[in-house]
Amino acid sequence: MSVGAAAASRAGRRAERSRRTRRRKLAGRTGWNIVGIAVTVVLVFPVFWMISTAFKSDDEILSGSWLPLHPTLQHFRSAIAGTDHPYFWDSVLNSLFVVGVTVALSMVLAFFAAVALAKYRFTGLKFFIVVMIGIQMLPQAGLIIPLYLVLRQYGMVGTLTGVVVTYMTFVLPFAVWTLRGFIVGIPRELEEAAMVDGSSRVGAFVRILLPLVAPGLVATSVFVFITSWNEFIFANVLLNNHAKQTITVWLSYFTGTSRNTDWGALMAASTLTAIPVVAFFILVQRKIAFGLTAGAVKG
Amino acid sequence: MTSLPADTQIAAESSFRPARRRRLTRARLGRYAIPYLLILPVLAAIGAVLGYPVGYLINLSFQRYGLPELIQHTGEYIGLHNYYLVLHDSVFWNTLERTIVFTAANVGLTMGLGTLLALLLVRVSTWVRIPLTAGLVLVWSMPVVVAVQVWYWMTNFENGVLNAIFHLGQHDWYASTFSQLGVVTALIVWGALPFVVITLYAGLAQVPHELVEAAEIDGARPWRVLKDVTFPILKPIFLVLTSLSIIWDFGVFTQPYLLIGREHQYASNYLMGVYVYIKAYSDNDYGQGAAISILMLLIVAILSVFYVRKMVRIGDT
Repeated sequence: MSVGAAAASRAGRRAERSRRTRRRKLAGRTGWNIVGIAVTVVLVFPVFWMISTAFKSDDEILSGSWLPLHPTLQHFRSAIAGTDHPYFWDSVLNSLFVVGVTVALSMVLAFFAAVALAKYRFTGLKFFIVVMIGIQMLPQAGLIIPLYLVLRQYGMVGTLTGVVVTYMTFVLPFAVWTLRGFIVGIPRELEEAAMVDGSSRVGAFVRILLPLVAPGLVATSVFVFITSWNEFIFANVLLNNHAKQTITVWLSYFTGTSRNTDWGALMAASTLTAIPVVAFFILVQRKIAFGLTAGAVKG
Repeated sequence: MTSLPADTQIAAESSFRPARRRRLTRARLGRYAIPYLLILPVLAAIGAVLGYPVGYLINLSFQRYGLPELIQHTGEYIGLHNYYLVLHDSVFWNTLERTIVFTAANVGLTMGLGTLLALLLVRVSTWVRIPLTAGLVLVWSMPVVVAVQVWYWMTNFENGVLNAIFHLGQHDWYASTFSQLGVVTALIVWGALPFVVITLYAGLAQVPHELVEAAEIDGARPWRVLKDVTFPILKPIFLVLTSLSIIWDFGVFTQPYLLIGREHQYASNYLMGVYVYIKAYSDNDYGQGAAISILMLLIVAILSVFYVRKMVRIGDT
C-alpha cells in the first residue's frame, strides 16, 4: 500500500516535472521563433531593398518609402535600353556564350576525370586530388598577372575564348570533385551485374552509370553556370572592351559618382543580373550544398 | 580493351600458358591506362592554363617587368631584387598586417554567427525554419557583384537606407579605412553565412539524438551538452569550414575593390588581393606584382595544408 502510494506520488511528481519542462520548452521555443524571424528579416533585407528600389518611382527612392506604392518599370527600361548604360544585350549575349561553352566543355572533361577518381585506384591519385583541391585554394587575385600576360602573348586578351579557357580551369576542380561524389555513391555491383549479363564495360557505363549520374551532371553544370555567370575578377582584366564585356563587368561600371548614380536603374540592373542565378540556384541547391565539405563529418 | 571478358577467358584457357601471359599483360596494361586516359584531358587543360602561368609567374618574379618590357615582351633578369624591394616596402607589411586582422575578424564573425544561426535553426519551429532557410538560400545565391551594388546603395550617405534606419543623417560610411573595411566585412559575412549555416545545420542533424538525450538524463545543462556532445561531433566540419573561410577571406578582391570603389584604393586601405592587382595594373610593375603573388600563394599554401590533407583523406578512401 505504502509502496503503491509512493510510486503514485513519484509518478505524479514526474508528470508535474515533465509538464513544467514542456511548458518551459514551449516558452523557450517562442523566444527562439521570435529571434528566428528577426534574423530572417535582417538577412533578407538587402535583397528586399534591391527589388523594392528597382520598382519605385524616383520620388519614392528619394523619400525613402519602404515599398513601391506606385510601381514602375521605368528603371528596368533605362537599365536595358538607356543611353547612359549601353551594351546590356551585348553583355548578356557575351555572358551566355562564355557560360554555355564553359559548361559544355568542362562537364565532358570533368566527367571522365570523376569516373577515374571514383572507380579506379591508381598511382598518382593522391597527387591528382591535391592538384584539384589546391587550385580551388589559389587566390585568384594572385593569378591575374601571369594569366593576363600569357593570354596576351597568344593574342587572347579581349577575346571571349581567353575567358572561356580561364573559367574552365577554375571550374574543373569543383566539377570533378562534385561529380566524383555522385559517382562514388553508385554501387559497383550494379555495373558488375550488367557486365555479367553480357554488356561490355562501355555498355554498362552508358546504360547503368550515365542515367544514375544524370541528376549529378545537371546539378554540377548548373553550378558551373552560376560560377561563370558571377565571375568578375578575370572578366574585368581580360575583357577590356565594353562590347566584349560580361554582365558582371557591365554591372560593375553601372555606378556613377555617389551624387549622380541612378539608384533605381542600378537596382533594376542588379535584379536582372541576379534573376537567372537565383532561379537556377534554388533549383539545385539541395543537391550540391555539401560538395565542398562532403564526407567531412564521416571522414 | 575490355578487361573483364579477358579475365574470364584466362580462366577458360588456363592450360595454354604463353597466350595467357601475353593477354594478361595487355589486359592489365589497358586497365592501368584507363584512369590516366580519363584524367588526361583535365590535367592537360589545367596544365596549359594554370601550370604554365604559375611557372611564368615564378619566372616573372625574378625579372624587371614594367610598361616598356610589356610592350617589348621581354624582361630583364634581376635575381631576387623584386622580393628585396617588396619585403623592404612598408606598404607590403602594412597590407599584410591589415589583411591578417581583416581575415581574423571576418572568419571569426562568419564562424561565430554561423554557429549561432545553425543552433537557432535546430531550435525554432518548422514554420520559422522554412522561411529562414529560404532566406539563407536566397542570400547565398546573390552574385557578388550584385551584392556589392546593393550594399553600396544601402550605405550611400545621402539616401542610403542604413542612415535612415539608424537616424545617422548624412553619415559617410567610407570616411575612414576602419569604416570602409567594416562595411566590406559586413558584406562578406552576410554573403558567407548561408554556406556556413546550412553546412553546420546539416552536420548538427547527424548528431545522434540518443547521445543528447542520454546526456540530458544524466543532468547535463544545455551548455555542457553543446560543449561535450554536439561540438566534438561537429568539429571536423567546423575545422574544414574555418580553413575554407580563412583561405577565401585572405585573398578576397571583388568586394573591397568594388565596394570601396575603383578610384578610392590607396596604400592606406589595401587588402592583399587589391594590392597585388594595383601593383600590376595601376603601377604597371608586373615583376613586383609577381613577387607579391608568389608570397601570397605561399601564405595561402601554408594556411590550406589542413584542408587539403582532410580532402585527400576523403578522396583516398
